[in-house]
Amino acid sequence: MIFVEIISWIFIFTGALLGIAGGIGIHRFPDFYSRLHAVGITDTMCAGCFIIGLCLQTGFTIASLKLLLIFVFLFFSCPTATHALADTAMLSGLKARLDKEQ
Amino acid sequence: MSYTVKHNISLTVLLFALWFGLSGLFDVLMLSLGIASTLLVVYFSYRMDTIDRQKHPARLTLQLLRFWLFLSREVISANIDVVRRIFRPGKNISPQLFQLPMTKKTDLARVIYANSITLTPGTVCVKVNRKAITVHSLSKESADDLRSGRMADAVPEDERDEET
Repeated sequence: MIFVEIISWIFIFTGALLGIAGGIGIHRFPDFYSRLHAVGITDTMCAGCFIIGLCLQTGFTIASLKLLLIFVFLFFSCPTATHALADTAMLSGLKARLDKEQ
Repeated sequence: MSYTVKHNISLTVLLFALWFGLSGLFDVLMLSLGIASTLLVVYFSYRMDTIDRQKHPARLTLQLLRFWLFLSREVISANIDVVRRIFRPGKNISPQLFQLPMTKKTDLARVIYANSITLTPGTVCVKVNRKAITVHSLSKESADDLRSGRMADAVPEDERDEET
């Protein structure tokens, strides 16, 4: 069981580190649209690592099923929310800061 | 059996499985309450006439599983790329705004395609219509990767669905 415990904590720590990386990214990137990409990290792999780690903690029970359901809902709703934000920003005329040498 | 009846049955089974998975209760009172609430919800959705327009992509199940494997691999490699860019000092990004041709013919495939673009860190879909997708990407490399059409080819599509 100590083996499962170690794997689970590796996943949880990876998730935490990815969350921190996403937060740093939000501060480092220059404009609204590029910050959305940093949020993408916390939406996908950070959340995924946490859920896998917590599933290993709970074992094969009804709680892990609920955790997987949370992941499924995140999986469908996060891109939708990101797209809604980007679309609204574009509609209200926010210009993206683009690379000059295209 | 008509399509509506089949759909109602599968909706009932799915909703009851969800109720059971969330509650995990076995006694008779709770089970009958669960069945009653499931049937009530199915009746409501039948009355609201949402059933005929929303389809289960049941025929796509196997292809969808294969696509999820592909997508998770893409998401992981894109995550590593974006994390590297975050910690690279100096000029670390080259944002691009560009259009991709829309090769998908059904609404479901279009939604899957646009959502997978947004789900991979480093690319965000900004606008979708029947002809094209406008994408904002963090780097030139991920933009070229999308232009190569790898993602578009991987998205499953049921040709038997009517075109919209």
